[in-house]
Amino acid sequence: MNYNSSYLKKIVFIVCLWPIISISFVLFTNSFSANPVNEIIHHFGKWTLIFICLTLSISPLRRITKSNNWLIYRKMLGLFVFFYASIHLLSYAGLDHHFAWNIILEDIIKHRYVLVGATAWLLLLPLAITSSQKMKKILKYNWIKLHRLVYIIAVLGVLHYLWLVKKDLTQPMLYAAIITILLLFRIKFKKN
Amino acid sequence: MKKVLSSEITSESIYKSRRSFIKKLGLSAGSLMVGSNFFFNNSLEAEEKDKLTKYRDIVSYNNYYEFGTSKEDPSENSEKFTTTPWSIQIEGEVDKPITVSYESMIKNFPIQERIYRLRCVEGWSMVIPWMGFSLNHLLKKVSIKNTAKFVEFESVYRPKQMIGQQSNILPWPYTEGLRLDEAMHPLTIMATGLYGKELPNQNGAPLRLVVPWKYGFKSAKAIVKIKLVKSMPVSSWMKAASQEYGFYSNVNPGVDHPRWSQATERRIGDSILSPRRPTKLFNGYESEVSSFYKGMDLKKYY
Repeated sequence: MNYNSSYLKKIVFIVCLWPIISISFVLFTNSFSANPVNEIIHHFGKWTLIFICLTLSISPLRRITKSNNWLIYRKMLGLFVFFYASIHLLSYAGLDHHFAWNIILEDIIKHRYVLVGATAWLLLLPLAITSSQKMKKILKYNWIKLHRLVYIIAVLGVLHYLWLVKKDLTQPMLYAAIITILLLFRIKFKKN
Repeated sequence: MKKVLSSEITSESIYKSRRSFIKKLGLSAGSLMVGSNFFFNNSLEAEEKDKLTKYRDIVSYNNYYEFGTSKEDPSENSEKFTTTPWSIQIEGEVDKPITVSYESMIKNFPIQERIYRLRCVEGWSMVIPWMGFSLNHLLKKVSIKNTAKFVEFESVYRPKQMIGQQSNILPWPYTEGLRLDEAMHPLTIMATGLYGKELPNQNGAPLRLVVPWKYGFKSAKAIVKIKLVKSMPVSSWMKAASQEYGFYSNVNPGVDHPRWSQATERRIGDSILSPRRPTKLFNGYESEVSSFYKGMDLKKYY
């Protein structure tokens, strides 16, 4: 990695912290809407989906621009998915339910949108754990197979949102469309 | 309805101190407030936990799909909505249909203050000091036939002023319904205001239903028509998703929404670190209304 790209990577890292910066601003200026707990949960849920889309964009960008430079951001973006998904989960379990595990467990079992959300987070765990270069070398081809879980995680993430919304499906369908396009790219490349 | 400027609104501290002042004097509020007869829900006030929700929150966090589906949409998109002149048509199973103007309702019915909890089907709640009159005052204006068993409410259809009605997110106009006995219950009101001021557009101006023991969506806003009918009306939400939104829609912690729990609620205005509160059967109005549903399977009649 040359000096320039490591410099750029630092900038991208800071930009990726935007969800934290923006919610901190809301917190310190006390400009929450009437339902701050929901706002926090939804904020990090939304950013998790956005980072899933960004992570899935790397391969298509690489093919389209015929440049491997994009690859240096993939691991970082993927870890940000895990980071924001974890804050999303923590704010649901902690802020909304005060870690009342019996209630949370019941919620997971009884309600499909919670179940797919929790499943998606659990599937992110092995990806985060094996994100290092060292693990990649140890696992070899299995690493690639394992990290294909991200496709399932993306679908579960959208389902989680889709099943939560009361009536207006515009937002979840937007993510569904973006993720569908990003996944279709992969099928097309395979054929080629 | 003209936009209420923040400077015109009685400040909440004055509003609340006035109330405690009235109570200290032991006077009926009606003697102090010209043309209005205050109603104190003492049992509710006794519970310190049921503090009034801030005016700012009540007017900025709304579900009113006629003006858009996000919570901020109604306050942002309802500014140009006009509410004068306004009247309500009462028809159906009545001897003689009538049309009643807003002015005559305000003049002839006793406007009271009613502090009610409002529980949204989404799992949040508020405590709102409504102004309004019991719906039965209005229904008694017509002679209802014996054949009438239900009441259907129709909200205004005005897609040019209500941007949400330009999409088919719900079947328009918005309709809701009650059983006749539910509609006649004194707790069921037509709200004309809140916090001692006229009703803001985003809260359903100029006249909205408030049925405090049912989920918020039952309380239709900007009502233009009331129809007495023989059989159970099919509401907009029932048409949109009958598996999720039934005719009764009573607040009930024991009957979950098919996709989420109804056991607890988040009270708007509670600290960010506060836990959710347990939801009460019939939203805490059990002693007043539970007799309506004796012997009914509330899981079946959700």
